[in-house]
Amino acid sequence: MARKVILCRCEDVTATDVARAVKTGFSHLEEVKRYTGFGTGPCQGKECLRGVALALAALTGTPPAQMAPFTTRPPLSPTELKYFARRR
Amino acid sequence: MGLALAYHLARKKVRVVVLEANHLAWGASGRNGGGVRQQWSTELHIRLMQESVEICRNFAQEIGTNVWMRQGGYLFLARTGAELERMERAVILQNQYDVPTRLLSLDDVTSLVPEIDTGPFVGACYNPTDAIVFPWPFLWGYAEAAARHGAEIHTFSPVTAIEVTANGFVVRTPKGRVRAVRVVNAAGAWSPPVAKLVGVDLPTWPTRHEILSTEPLKPFLRPMVSVLDSGLYFSQSLRGEIVGGITVEDHDRSQVKLGSRLAFLEAMGAGLCEVMPRLGDVKVVRQWAGPYDMSPDGSPIVGEAPVRPGFFLCCGFVGHGFMMAPVVAKYYAQHLTGGETHPFFHRWRLGRFAEGELEREDMNIG
Repeated sequence: MARKVILCRCEDVTATDVARAVKTGFSHLEEVKRYTGFGTGPCQGKECLRGVALALAALTGTPPAQMAPFTTRPPLSPTELKYFARRR
Repeated sequence: MGLALAYHLARKKVRVVVLEANHLAWGASGRNGGGVRQQWSTELHIRLMQESVEICRNFAQEIGTNVWMRQGGYLFLARTGAELERMERAVILQNQYDVPTRLLSLDDVTSLVPEIDTGPFVGACYNPTDAIVFPWPFLWGYAEAAARHGAEIHTFSPVTAIEVTANGFVVRTPKGRVRAVRVVNAAGAWSPPVAKLVGVDLPTWPTRHEILSTEPLKPFLRPMVSVLDSGLYFSQSLRGEIVGGITVEDHDRSQVKLGSRLAFLEAMGAGLCEVMPRLGDVKVVRQWAGPYDMSPDGSPIVGEAPVRPGFFLCCGFVGHGFMMAPVVAKYYAQHLTGGETHPFFHRWRLGRFAEGELEREDMNIG
């Protein structure tokens, strides 16, 4: 495997970053999101959540099915601010 | 606030246990806009925040964590003559304590931030030394530094009961119990139910405030921009996103609510498009909410609870606990370890509400 594995392309979070988060004591997806910034870019986790969850599963032994995803934030897709301004 | 206090106490060789109900950064400290400003309307707030900005400037050296601080200033916009007069009074006071705030004409505003539409406004004030930081690394920094000095941090450990014993307290969580000579309630908007566990009534209440983040843009916006009347504020983070919020009234005072509302996106969209029309084409990627811990006179509540010796309060920061934590925690640790007691312990004591000795801080924004 290549030495550098990027799990979150929006925020350039690597597999090494996730391993460091676990080593520091953060093993929940919500914690790892806040520690590494993964899932906070334009895709909002749609691309990276699964990859990070699988990496966490491999690192911690927690089955992915037992992992709570991080809270999904509105809007569902990035949306221009002017559309919300017009609704008023 | 709790992590900062734990860090300062641990440095003084005090045995500290932090009990966090959820994960670190789950509460308001992980949900705020990261603003750190010195533009306030009372001497106490101004002087404390001057020191807090200095602590933030040295955070990386002292704590060893880069908190992405950017000292781009804060620009407040006034829509009415009355607001401008309020600003003028605050600027005079701030200048007395060497905060270099100055009033700006609308032409000055255009020079500073050409993208602002000054049409709806009559004037502004600007302090170039106010700043923003990224809240998350700030918390990791305090947590790691506190742990390095021996503090124990237990996450997913909500306090469910506090027993008063002959020489202190037994604090219970689902994971176990902690014996403590002294307990500090730094639970933010969740402080009233924690205080209730030892029979202390707090006059504070939670309100929901929302915030959003846009797609990242090239750096173009130097100061945090805030509109005084609506509570709109926004800045550009070092990651390039526009991050900001606006007040949308929430009249339910009974509980902490963290749900996201469309009404907020609408208010924020309208507010941003008014101040900076070209932001209309920028995409919002995420909105979230955090609770303000409101107090009746807009100032915090600190010190020992009069009816419960050994039980200390550190709450009611009205949405500004994050920016005040660095300086408040430093003096709080000093107070708890027998050092000099900062005057804010008298000014912000719980008993002031019963005694009627109130001084209103009116630069609470958001």
